[in-house]
Amino acid sequence: MLDAQSNPTRTYLDRRVEEFRAQVQRRIDGSLTEDEFRPLRLMNGLYLQLHAYMLRVAIPYGTLNADQLDVLAEISERWDRGYGHFTTRQNIQYNWPKLPDVPDMLARLADVNLHAIQTSGNTIRNVTADPLAGAHADELMDPRPVAELIRIWSTDHPEYQFLGRKFKIAVTGSPNDRAVTKAHDLAVRIVERDGEVGYQIIVGGGLGRTPVVGKVIRDFLPQADLLPYLEAVLSVYNLAGRRDNKYKARIKITVNEMGLEEFSALVDEAFARIRPEFKGADQDLLAELQVAFEPPALPARDTDAYEAARAADPVFRSWSDINLRPHFQDDHAIAMISLKPHGGVPGDASADQMRLVAALARKFGNNEIRVTQEQNLVLPHVAKADLPALHAELKAAGLATANVGLASDIIACPGMDYCALATARSIPIAQQIAERLEDYEVEVGEMAIKISGCINACGHHHLGDIGILGLDRAGVENYQITLGGDAGADLKIGDKTGPGFGYDEVTDAIERLILAYLDLRAEGERFRDTIARTGSEPFKAALYEEEGNRDAA
Amino acid sequence: MAKRFQPGIVSANDLLSGAVIYLAADGKWVSTMSGAEFITDEERAAERLSLAESQPEIAVGPYLAPADNSDNGPVPNHFRESFRAAGPSAPARKSWGIA
Repeated sequence: MLDAQSNPTRTYLDRRVEEFRAQVQRRIDGSLTEDEFRPLRLMNGLYLQLHAYMLRVAIPYGTLNADQLDVLAEISERWDRGYGHFTTRQNIQYNWPKLPDVPDMLARLADVNLHAIQTSGNTIRNVTADPLAGAHADELMDPRPVAELIRIWSTDHPEYQFLGRKFKIAVTGSPNDRAVTKAHDLAVRIVERDGEVGYQIIVGGGLGRTPVVGKVIRDFLPQADLLPYLEAVLSVYNLAGRRDNKYKARIKITVNEMGLEEFSALVDEAFARIRPEFKGADQDLLAELQVAFEPPALPARDTDAYEAARAADPVFRSWSDINLRPHFQDDHAIAMISLKPHGGVPGDASADQMRLVAALARKFGNNEIRVTQEQNLVLPHVAKADLPALHAELKAAGLATANVGLASDIIACPGMDYCALATARSIPIAQQIAERLEDYEVEVGEMAIKISGCINACGHHHLGDIGILGLDRAGVENYQITLGGDAGADLKIGDKTGPGFGYDEVTDAIERLILAYLDLRAEGERFRDTIARTGSEPFKAALYEEEGNRDAA
Repeated sequence: MAKRFQPGIVSANDLLSGAVIYLAADGKWVSTMSGAEFITDEERAAERLSLAESQPEIAVGPYLAPADNSDNGPVPNHFRESFRAAGPSAPARKSWGIA
């Protein structure tokens, strides 16, 4: 059987590591200037941030096996500060690597087929997918064979190393979008029509300073047309995309300026030219990948012990109510592992925690781990009978916070605590809000709070029920609030409310919104349902009421 | 119109560690802003920046950062430089017992 992640090959990875080792050496001995070296290090995922270098490692479509997670833990201890930070694009970032160590880190990653290639730069980035792929009960088809096909095709593809700007691709095989597909430059949704499986293709989505909801450019693309169609889209973008202005260089601007119809016509023209070049090797590979990603054979298990534990232990019951998701096999569950302890840094995991999750994946989880766009980890295939034991081990390691999907399950970018681009801090805001809401967040229910520390929107603030954007206003951190975003299948960009809040005011402001929701909501309404019914005015009133009173006082 | 000169310090990141460094009056690089040379005139600023730029084997991306002076040496006058000087503010790993 093909090892699904055997590409790029070991030989290729070794060659890239040695090439980078020589480049680092030449930078250190003075043969390369920083201007010459910067693009070379970025091609290997190495950024220079506020206090240190940062190495971003791709986790293809968010899927890891236990050996890979063990190596991620080992790297954090040998060459970093004993933890890693999981990101909203299913990557892991190390915040404190030393330049001379980075080639060794990359060499160790290559041992388990991981790398940092195309995690930066104007190229096709890590291909992301539904983190619950191949496990969730609602799935039409596992998106990972398609994601892997796209990854193999796009890795080191010479035509896509100098695009006008970065290019992000996501794939989902479920009607319930957990991969934020419409916020990607290009997305593939696996769909079914008249019993035939095909792809809905979405282009031109993105967040950042110009948030745009992706548009459907093809409602139903036959499977065999996928790669030639993607080549057609990329070739049109590569030529027509603007290179005169970094802020207008993403495909969302190309599509908006040109109009979907004209863009689509150019893609069709290119497709007609490119399609005959594909003679079926891609489809043979896809077929092999589909075999490699076949659903695991999970032995049937009795669920009595699970039901008994739920009845006996309210902490376990609460965790299983909140952190489990339905598995395609009834006697199994998907276990979400929260990396959002109240007061912790969203998405951070210590080396010990990573090793424990790897061990639990071996013991209870078919050796699989996933990384979510919400910066949590997942064991996608756990027998319900094993859940009490799993929960006990997670709890002992601080990994059993029962908050996935709740208000304290906050997405936050690294912000000004780490990132050189940030205009304000994100992490401490997330920590304060999570601690403030801890006591009543279960009563609040499903709630997405998302925080970005600059306009680039790595924290997806546009898509939060409540979004928070940190800015620098005349030398002071200021936080703008948006309401009514939605990261799901019908992606929605939130609306800006009004004047922003200072660092010390923002947690109070968020709490006023939550309390207003508790007052306003009708039976069974989520935050987004209430706001859809009432409009944002009552929420804005709650948000600024206190301000007004204080100003008047 | 050229941006008005503001007194400050020369800072950069260390090539090997990436750490924040500051240029001291004796031309050495130090790790605390209080040890940096406080530069008050434009000509001196250009000279010190040029000295920093001539040391790419030590300093990455040197720049002039506005700062205030104090009895204990230069201090940040913008939050970005405060965070660069102090490191991440977040009580990051409290749940793991790692400092």
